[in-house]
Amino acid sequence: MAISLKRKNRKPKNAASARQWAITLTIVALGIWAFFTYLFDKTPDAVQAWFQVWLPPSTLNESLVWVICALGLNIVVGYAGLLDLGFVAFWAFGGYAAGWFMSGFFNQVNIHFGSMSAKTIPGIHLSFWLVMIIAALIAGFFGIIIGAPTLRLKSDYLALVTLGFGEIIPQVFTNGENIGGFNLSNGTKGISPVDAIGVFGKRLGPFDLGWKFLIYFFLAACMVFVSLRIRGGRLGRAWLAIREDELAASMMGVPLMRTKLTAYAVGAFSGGIGGAVYATHVNGIFAERFNFSISIILLAMVVLGGMGNVWGVIVGALLMAWINATGLPAIGDTFNNTFHTEINFPSYNFLLFGGILVLMMLYKRDGLLPEARLKMISHENDDEASNTGGH
Amino acid sequence: MSSILSAENITVEFGGLVAVNDVSFDIPEKGIVSLIGPNGAGKTTFFNILTGLYKPTSGHVMYDGAEITALVPHKIASAGVARTFQNIRLFGSMTAEENVMVAMHSHLKATLAGTILGLPSQRREEKAAREEARALLEFVGIGKTATEFARNLSYGDQRRLEVARALALRPKVLLLDEPTAGMNPQESSVFVDFVHRIRDEKGISILLIEHDMAVVMKVSERITVLDRGEKIAEGSPAEIKSNPRVIEAYLGKGVGAGH
Repeated sequence: MAISLKRKNRKPKNAASARQWAITLTIVALGIWAFFTYLFDKTPDAVQAWFQVWLPPSTLNESLVWVICALGLNIVVGYAGLLDLGFVAFWAFGGYAAGWFMSGFFNQVNIHFGSMSAKTIPGIHLSFWLVMIIAALIAGFFGIIIGAPTLRLKSDYLALVTLGFGEIIPQVFTNGENIGGFNLSNGTKGISPVDAIGVFGKRLGPFDLGWKFLIYFFLAACMVFVSLRIRGGRLGRAWLAIREDELAASMMGVPLMRTKLTAYAVGAFSGGIGGAVYATHVNGIFAERFNFSISIILLAMVVLGGMGNVWGVIVGALLMAWINATGLPAIGDTFNNTFHTEINFPSYNFLLFGGILVLMMLYKRDGLLPEARLKMISHENDDEASNTGGH
Repeated sequence: MSSILSAENITVEFGGLVAVNDVSFDIPEKGIVSLIGPNGAGKTTFFNILTGLYKPTSGHVMYDGAEITALVPHKIASAGVARTFQNIRLFGSMTAEENVMVAMHSHLKATLAGTILGLPSQRREEKAAREEARALLEFVGIGKTATEFARNLSYGDQRRLEVARALALRPKVLLLDEPTAGMNPQESSVFVDFVHRIRDEKGISILLIEHDMAVVMKVSERITVLDRGEKIAEGSPAEIKSNPRVIEAYLGKGVGAGH
């Protein structure tokens, strides 16, 4: 009886905390959307100016793109414990998928399906939602191709190889304007513009930020839902077990390669969605944007927020995306104006991120909102250290 | 009695070092047998061969009528060869219940898509798995710890949890690697009964590596002695106790006279 009581107390608690988070974030997001859509124009100019400096709608949308990708990386790094330094490769696959299937890039053909763009425009124009799925599948497919040979490696070596892939894939796209006479990626010129998102018969152009915000939020919410569901099931348990002790996991009948590969593929899948979303956010695909720093920033978001905890990762991603896109330039301008200096603050963003990571490792190793389990692991060494110190 | 797991002429070489030399060994169905020998005799290496962690340089491992020598560890485990570890290897940040459920991985059918969609069949399966895990924890006597993190359990409970986790594989053979290490004599004697219960109630064949001679003599139906990678004796506890080669190589004259 005591046991069943205990169990009853435990489960709803977790579920309740997840529900609270979900409801709070949804209300905040809807509030932000309503404010920018309906109230923003009616506010005084000073308020509008303040928002343009400190919290512009485009930054909000971009933050959500980062959230989607960070949640994907969280599955790889946070759940399965595989250090992936090349996540940008999947972001790039997703982006180019959007470039190929929802723009006029392949103008040798004229295929339209569910898209809002005029039928006369050549190129492949598919529905945004279909492109999401295609992008995710392409990225997931390459995740498996890349993962199959590399996931046999142990932690540090895996990180090195993924780092290599993260460099190679964007290079392929950068130099992909003439692959045996075939223009794959339009090279450094990139692919632009991509089609507007069509939803409920509405055509969302580059300036329909509010509606895009809602769509991005919906996709991020889907990612959260998927993450939580997988986490609670058979596969999530196997990932955790592998993160803790690979050998013991395999001795308990967990197929290591297959389970890790699934984590990698699911991560890549979400990276593909994130990449395609990013393409619709910046309204184009530009090869030089897919650089190493994206992989590192994503990893920093996951670590900062709290590996393995979706809510922590969301907070980490929002915070760092804001600092990167708006916070640092805005703080810098304020600083420069106040002290009459000319310091280029945004160019120091990596110094700042690096500093934050070092401080985190020193003082708050579990991240801002740590997962209960992880908290225990990272403090285990403290105990051991103090034990040996005491003897 | 037919054997459930048998090793035939196993030799393992690491570089030039011969860790196990031409050892043959049987675990009879529903039997309790022990593997003993001084440190470095090759016991754990032999265990690792049986579970597929190491591959023998020559020889075969047969399980339930089929050869498993070349299989990867997780296939051998899900076929029904379960083990515990000398130095406890639980998933510390998972609850006792989750630890047990990890070992059910190969029995469960949940798919990625099904889990995401939360299909009724998968919910049922998950619920049944949870109940089975609870029952196993009850069986090993730590039912109250189901929702506690494995790391926070006491040493004895951790050892029991390792057994519960191994049993979740629904094994036909259970390999226990020094299960009484760190236990006091009273706990050890409780453990002997526990081993009998596992065999009698679950019908599982058991192989132990054990240093505690009192436990070995009490629990085993047959004992195999390894020394420096070679099998030097095999027989009933009484035979082993009086075998001069064993006394000389392993027990030492003082201990032998003491009994």
